[in-house]
Amino acid sequence: MNIHEYQAKEILRNYGVSVPNGRVAFTVEEAVEAAKELGSPVCVVKAQIHAGGRGKAGGVKVAKSLDEVRTYASELLGKVLVTHQTGPEGKEVKRLLIEEGCDIKKEYYIGFVVDRATSRVVLMGSEEGGTEIEEVAAKTPEKIFKEYIDPAVGLQAFQARRLAFNINIPKELVNQAAKFMMGLYQVFVEKDCSIAEINPLVVTGAGKVMALDAKLNFDSNALYRHKDILEYRDLDEEDPKEVEASKYDLNYIALDGNIGCMVNGAGLAMATMDIIKYYGGEPANFLDVGGGATTEKVTEAFKIILSDPKVKGIFVNIFGGIMKCDVIANGIVEATKQVGLNLPLVVRLEGTNVELGKKILQESGLNIIAAESMADGAQKIVELVR
Amino acid sequence: MSVFINKDTKVIVQGITGSQGLFHTKQMIEYGTKIVGGVTPGKGGTEVEGVPVFNTVSEAVEKTGANASVIYVPPAFAADAIMEAVDAQLDLVVCITEGIPVLDMVKVKRYMEGKKTRLIGPNCPGVITPEECKIGIMPGYIHKKGHVGIVSRSGTLTYEAVHQLTQAGIGQSTAVGIGGDPVNGTNFIDVLKAFNEDEETYAVIMIGEIGGTAEEEAAEWVKANMKKPVVGFIGGQTAPPGKRMGHAGAIISGGKGTAAEKIKKMNECGIKVAETPAVIGETLISVLKERGLYEKCKTH
Repeated sequence: MNIHEYQAKEILRNYGVSVPNGRVAFTVEEAVEAAKELGSPVCVVKAQIHAGGRGKAGGVKVAKSLDEVRTYASELLGKVLVTHQTGPEGKEVKRLLIEEGCDIKKEYYIGFVVDRATSRVVLMGSEEGGTEIEEVAAKTPEKIFKEYIDPAVGLQAFQARRLAFNINIPKELVNQAAKFMMGLYQVFVEKDCSIAEINPLVVTGAGKVMALDAKLNFDSNALYRHKDILEYRDLDEEDPKEVEASKYDLNYIALDGNIGCMVNGAGLAMATMDIIKYYGGEPANFLDVGGGATTEKVTEAFKIILSDPKVKGIFVNIFGGIMKCDVIANGIVEATKQVGLNLPLVVRLEGTNVELGKKILQESGLNIIAAESMADGAQKIVELVR
Repeated sequence: MSVFINKDTKVIVQGITGSQGLFHTKQMIEYGTKIVGGVTPGKGGTEVEGVPVFNTVSEAVEKTGANASVIYVPPAFAADAIMEAVDAQLDLVVCITEGIPVLDMVKVKRYMEGKKTRLIGPNCPGVITPEECKIGIMPGYIHKKGHVGIVSRSGTLTYEAVHQLTQAGIGQSTAVGIGGDPVNGTNFIDVLKAFNEDEETYAVIMIGEIGGTAEEEAAEWVKANMKKPVVGFIGGQTAPPGKRMGHAGAIISGGKGTAAEKIKKMNECGIKVAETPAVIGETLISVLKERGLYEKCKTH
């Protein structure tokens, strides 16, 4: 789960991790009010959307007076910001962070992630602040330093210091930087983060180390033990179809194509998208109905697929294992009746009781096209939506 | 022979009295797996499906002589269940549970260092040695005893591959689901090594997906060490970056972990990659024929 920058900074502040003073604003008036309260000669007006690259896209403005705060706030609120992470459709700005300006001497990068290869949390740092870490990794990998953390004892001060020295933090500020990293690690493990990235971390003219930007992502598997983090969820930032699907425990991800897919199992669901593309079609979504494809789940899945106006046909690809094909076929027939489907529907069933399942589909009197195999089904649906 | 499990493997079920645990205990017993006990804290002394239930794993092991366990407990308690099984010095623990917090698994992996137990999963369908032992949730009847080993990050894609093989008269030595989580117990290389050493395995199918670099590392290992042909498939060629595709580990982040990179590396390392999931079986058969192994793998 993603949260906004201002929310991430709120969490950091609670852990004593140094961030600039700031306030969130939902309206122009609130923005001006926030700037007044901050009382800083220079304010930064920052668009809050769940995507990186906001600065380059014009979503961050430096204001030198309250009038300028007002101008920038009215410019940004309601504006659709297109960054390299939003896709071409962009994201509408609904919230602003009004923050006191600071005198930046140098920018650095600090981040924590879980490293799959070592099964450890890793602290990464670089003196190439402000640049995306992937870009640094590609161009100057020697400028990235790493510290692998033993979960039994946590991040040690010597590791934090070593990283600070390696990325050339001024030596009189190394202890401050190390304290910052220790605090951020605390946030990472206590809140079950999947990413905690400070880019840039800055050293100011007044000799302070602080987070100018902050990105925290959370492990969705761990949200059950973090009710406070769940409160930060912003449904405006999510696809409404994905929100709806999550209510029914369906794994759904919206894509750009016109062939709706319904599949059991995440791996097969991905492979189904791939095979549609292989035969020249474009999948409209990823959808894993899970192991138990009940009538209710299939019905809800159909409704969500059909709520996408781009969808011109549906491909159901099921490998019935423990779940029997006849049960699934009944679910599909029932759901089709309930939803009143009038788009082409191709169904490929394989596995337990497959013959019985196919018979149920045939005898339903509904316009369901049975596929002989996964390849056959993919070719048929691609043909039908053409 | 086979890898990890065979007809002599004695299994206990952790979470045997839950609905999942109960259902799959029945299925495993029906398949012929030696289920010797179950564990549910507080239900010790009772019996389900003719199997004794114990309060702790160590007690279950002591009383039954089990050497493997399978875990069906909910995600919030699964890490604890794995560590309990490791503490009881079982040879093998198969964790089916999906949705365990990643940082719990980081702790589990640390706890397992220096211990003898092999963990398979979590978030996996389990392991099966056809006609001998099934530990997990896969449909047993689609499998057939034979000589092709399978290792996969995905459950249903494994069933697809197995089904295609069985339909074509090609049996399997062992099928191992290593699971869809970013931090897991057993990786591709562990399983490939085991298949490489197993006399009854003549060829291997390796099924990966987007996210991480485990497939690339495995491909390098195959190139340097594998004596047997390996064919592959990678799911998620059309997956958008930054989105988690069902499995917690299936995500392209920072441009890393794409299907294209994995397929390229696998091809470079001599692993023939099936173009679509529908032709995994065909691809293997074509390689078996090239290498003169087809007749040996065909089970009549």
